[in-house]
Amino acid sequence: MSGSNQDGSATGNFDSNMRNTDSIGHVTGKSVFLDDIPEIKGSLHAVAFASSLAHGKLRKLNLSAALQVPGVIRILTYEDIPGENQVGGIILDEPLLAETEVHYIGQPIAVIIAESAHIARQARALIHAEYELLPVITDPREAYEKGELLFPPRFFESGDVVSGWEECEYIFEGRAETGGQEHLYLETQGAYAYPDETGNLKIHSATQGPTLIQKTVARILGVAMNRVEVDVRRLGGGFGGKEDQATVWAGLAGLSAQVLQKPVKMVLSREDDMYMTGKRHPYTSDFKIGLTKELKIIALELSLFQNGGAASDLSPAILERTLFHVTNSYFIPNVKAAAYSCKTNLVPNTAFRGFGAPQAMFVMEAAISKAAIELKIQAREIQERNLIREDELFHYGQVATNAHALPSWDDAMKTFHIEERIAAIKKFNQNNSLIKKGMALMPVCFGVSFTKTPMNQARALVHIYQDGSIGISTGAVEMGQGVNTKMKQVAARIFSVDPRRIKLETTNTTRVANTSPTAASSGADLNGKALQNACEALLRRVLGVARKMIAVDCENIEIKEERIITDGKTSSFTWENLIEKAFLDRVNLSENGHYATPFIHFDKSIEKGHPFAYHVFGTAFIEVTLDCLRGQYNFDGVHIVHDFGNSMNFELDRGQVEGALMQGIAWMTMEEISFDKTGKLLSNSLSSYKIPDIYAAPDIVDVKALERDGPDIAIMKSKAIGEPPFMYGIGAYFAIQDAIKSFNSDYKSDFIAPFTPEKILLALYQNRSRP
Amino acid sequence: MIEFILNDVLIKTNSPPGLPLLDFIRQEMGLMGTKIACREGDCGACTLMVGELDGDKVSYKTIVSCLTPLVNVQSKHVVSIEGLNGDQLSHVQQAIVDHSGTQCGFCTPGFVISLMTKSLSDANSNLDETLASVDGNICRCTGYKSIERAVKDIWEVNQRRKDKDAPQWMVKNKYLPEYFLSIHDRLSNIILPDERIKKSNVILGGGTDLMVQKADSIMHAGLQTLREKDILHGIMIEDDHCILQAGATVTELLTSLELRSIFPGIQKYFKLLSSTQIRNMGTLGGNIVNASPIGDLIVFFLALDAKLQINSPDGGRRSVALKDFYLDYKKIDLKQGEYVEALSFNIPLHGYQFNFEKVSKREHLDIASVNSAILLHLQDNLIKDVRLSAGGVGPIPMFLEKTSSFLQGRRPDVESLSEANSILQDEISPIDDIRGSEEYKRLLLRQLFIAHFIELCPDQIRMDQLQEILIQI
Repeated sequence: MSGSNQDGSATGNFDSNMRNTDSIGHVTGKSVFLDDIPEIKGSLHAVAFASSLAHGKLRKLNLSAALQVPGVIRILTYEDIPGENQVGGIILDEPLLAETEVHYIGQPIAVIIAESAHIARQARALIHAEYELLPVITDPREAYEKGELLFPPRFFESGDVVSGWEECEYIFEGRAETGGQEHLYLETQGAYAYPDETGNLKIHSATQGPTLIQKTVARILGVAMNRVEVDVRRLGGGFGGKEDQATVWAGLAGLSAQVLQKPVKMVLSREDDMYMTGKRHPYTSDFKIGLTKELKIIALELSLFQNGGAASDLSPAILERTLFHVTNSYFIPNVKAAAYSCKTNLVPNTAFRGFGAPQAMFVMEAAISKAAIELKIQAREIQERNLIREDELFHYGQVATNAHALPSWDDAMKTFHIEERIAAIKKFNQNNSLIKKGMALMPVCFGVSFTKTPMNQARALVHIYQDGSIGISTGAVEMGQGVNTKMKQVAARIFSVDPRRIKLETTNTTRVANTSPTAASSGADLNGKALQNACEALLRRVLGVARKMIAVDCENIEIKEERIITDGKTSSFTWENLIEKAFLDRVNLSENGHYATPFIHFDKSIEKGHPFAYHVFGTAFIEVTLDCLRGQYNFDGVHIVHDFGNSMNFELDRGQVEGALMQGIAWMTMEEISFDKTGKLLSNSLSSYKIPDIYAAPDIVDVKALERDGPDIAIMKSKAIGEPPFMYGIGAYFAIQDAIKSFNSDYKSDFIAPFTPEKILLALYQNRSRP
Repeated sequence: MIEFILNDVLIKTNSPPGLPLLDFIRQEMGLMGTKIACREGDCGACTLMVGELDGDKVSYKTIVSCLTPLVNVQSKHVVSIEGLNGDQLSHVQQAIVDHSGTQCGFCTPGFVISLMTKSLSDANSNLDETLASVDGNICRCTGYKSIERAVKDIWEVNQRRKDKDAPQWMVKNKYLPEYFLSIHDRLSNIILPDERIKKSNVILGGGTDLMVQKADSIMHAGLQTLREKDILHGIMIEDDHCILQAGATVTELLTSLELRSIFPGIQKYFKLLSSTQIRNMGTLGGNIVNASPIGDLIVFFLALDAKLQINSPDGGRRSVALKDFYLDYKKIDLKQGEYVEALSFNIPLHGYQFNFEKVSKREHLDIASVNSAILLHLQDNLIKDVRLSAGGVGPIPMFLEKTSSFLQGRRPDVESLSEANSILQDEISPIDDIRGSEEYKRLLLRQLFIAHFIELCPDQIRMDQLQEILIQI
């Protein structure tokens, strides 16, 4: 076989450790993203007009001046919506376009359709809205006190904290806070919609959830789902931001295309994307932790206040995952956790890598840090003593199996000589007065599965064409994580064919229906398993043909590197011969595989069950150097032992660890979202919201695989990888805190993240009179 | 009519001179490999390579096309990712594939352009300098470690070139399409348009501020470009002073041998100024008239007591001290029709030392929270002469006159610095904003003020005393 596949496989060998199947397209600039799709002649462009007030009654909307601008075709408001004005994913509490009230700055009120986006933006500046101001809440605790919750609170409980406190020698209380985070996918949100000859809609959307788009647009237009086709080639980054929040833009593009019966494209400017789309939820939490004299954590009590923004979006599911991860990697017999989703007048917050778990784990680590500081011991003494062990119970009732918390911790300590590193840091700090080093260990335990059990299903469609080439469609969306590469590997392994024979089709609702979003780190597991089922069914069928064709009597028949092998003997028959024969024999060479994760269940009425297929574990050691004169920091190294299972593609998986780690560190340090009291976003551009550049990366990132087999329930025993490593970044906060304490022993930790250079400098000189 | 070469094609266009090059490339030429991600020069996804005649060769550099008005590429060779693709992957592309330096791929063409430009320009770069070529390219997926591994490969390949001509060598190894070899002759055939400064024109430097602030309004404005070598360009030493023409880019300042001999640390300081792409575009004059209270170059030159040469197109000329040029927040001493022609300063005499400090939320490619510069002359352990400046601590970039004069004649020890800091704190008036709170900016300037002395005369600062003072003051 010669030449390269059109989607650019970087390797033609049978070895499965292949490079990202998209990488050649990426380095040559040929990969097509939403905004690069060739436009149909006559395409129009849409721009949203949004509220400039965080809370108010919409009294008047004057569109006349905007409509006068040459090139403006139409301006649509909620009155033009033929179906339901509703984009809420879990709870129906979010209109596509505001009707009589606005609830946050950036809430879409109207959509301007013009010959170009430039004209639409000019027209937007001429729209005049009059509001009656209502009280604005931006603080979640204030919302809680006023009873402003987006939905009822959730309570997780195990053991009995009341009797637990009695067993404790030490009890400490405190507060911990984490900030929001912009997804800052390099490709902004967008959609391109056009009607076909019978008025059905086709929508190209930059979304992680094609079915969600299909369902929502159908609801908005008041049509059946089969009249809306959604197609996704790839995303320029998603990170959760394009899970629920891609629907508004597809909804507006779809609405415009339907009303005008014209192709309409809507691609957000960075500025619009930043103030109109949701972010990671900020949390503020109260904790109470109790330990025995031997440092065993006996009881943990938490109140977690999530800043949900003005509508529910995915907040119920995120709040739930927060509750699942409040104990991180530790076994705590008595837990009581209450979680509240607070309604504020900010853009509705949404999914972001980790999905509420990082916020929970920060609180757990803050509680341990607080205890360690008060007891004048090292946090790692508490951490190590409480790591969850085999057969211990998570507070939500699932038994810990393949509990790799302690093995990964021990492996990290040994492999990376952590005791020696810690001694070297101590020595360095004794010898330097204006530069200090700090360190932290960060264990992570993350549950894999959608916590909503029905979402854990997937389908895959496989065609073997009569020339032996293979086309695969799944519900997985490629957004840089390499899921398409893994899909190709699954099929190549099962058929034992050259991966270059295999083409990954776009993710499309007409080929694979009823998909779950590519999220929860589960894209490769769910879609891979469905694909595996399809490929194995096809393989059985074509091997039947092979048996008939060449080796009726043999015991064992298989395909190895495109050759038919009978009882260990290589025959002259190739994959191509076999497929041609199968086609002539009128064998079905297409298969639709289905997969539903077994074993998992969760009973919300008692908040107990077995919600996760498995857990991913790991331990990171993170080391920082702090310039105590200027308040600037540099991460010297992060050393990680990670529980990959049997990684099916270490190169891709390591890339996920490194990328997630960087995002996690940045969430803890430079990424600071700021709103003013009126609910206006101040960090509204890349010049005021900083994400890491190449110099922000730690000098060394060392990732070692824990040598333990993965579970069968993971695709090819290769564990989910997207989210768990994000939480290693939490160690950055505690490493900086450690360095600060070496310089300023009076520093009182407040557990408020992020640790920006400003916060660091003020902490270094805290409790000292103003300069 | 604007005329330039785009990849292998000669372009003659009547598109508006202020049209962002990015939109021309994508919308008018349909070249979709160049991506739109921020439109303010902060991400590098739209990075392009721009070459101009430089003697018998063509010199290439990177720019961000979102902030480059079309007029600024007149007579140049513009290269997008499509113009770099050959029959096989270049060493840059191959290394990124091999090391999985691309995930979602949206930023990748920008990285390829930056690294190809580096490969074309400087054979003697070390690994750090090669890495620095992507200091203006943001990637949200990889966490950069895989990109670093790729850059190491690229650097190693580039080493093999030794002193051979870059384009020839790269074409021979199939790292670069062959048409690059004809670009010099083809550029030479493009006739330069008339470039005199006219009264009616908006004078545009690199566009790095104006195109962010007023992109829509300058799209159709009559634009006066400074981007040709004979207009407001050049760095000159005349007797005891140095003259910098307003059109000099930050890169030109940074690489000037004259300035390097005056400021041995200039590369370290200027590395903190924005990114490679923006330094290639942004001009000294632009930074001065943009009048940001935190303008890095302004603060730098305030410590040198620089003077501005101001011209009007009708021939009037006057000189104003840089420190007097700033009247109030974003208000400057420049009348309608006048323009800044040059900045000059007396070259510090032997015995003078200079230092520049800047702290921002992200160390590189960020706007400062506070910046500060100092010119210091010590004699017999006494401060003979000192000039201190700071940005981000008032409505204008400040020359700290009172603090400077207080220090005159004193020992640069911890006690003097402590007293000077009280004066310093009275002299400034920072406010709370997105770059930091007032409290932070006051503390930070104190720290940077001390940092100057630790950098310049560490033997005068007793660490035990300093620790004490850091607590007390």
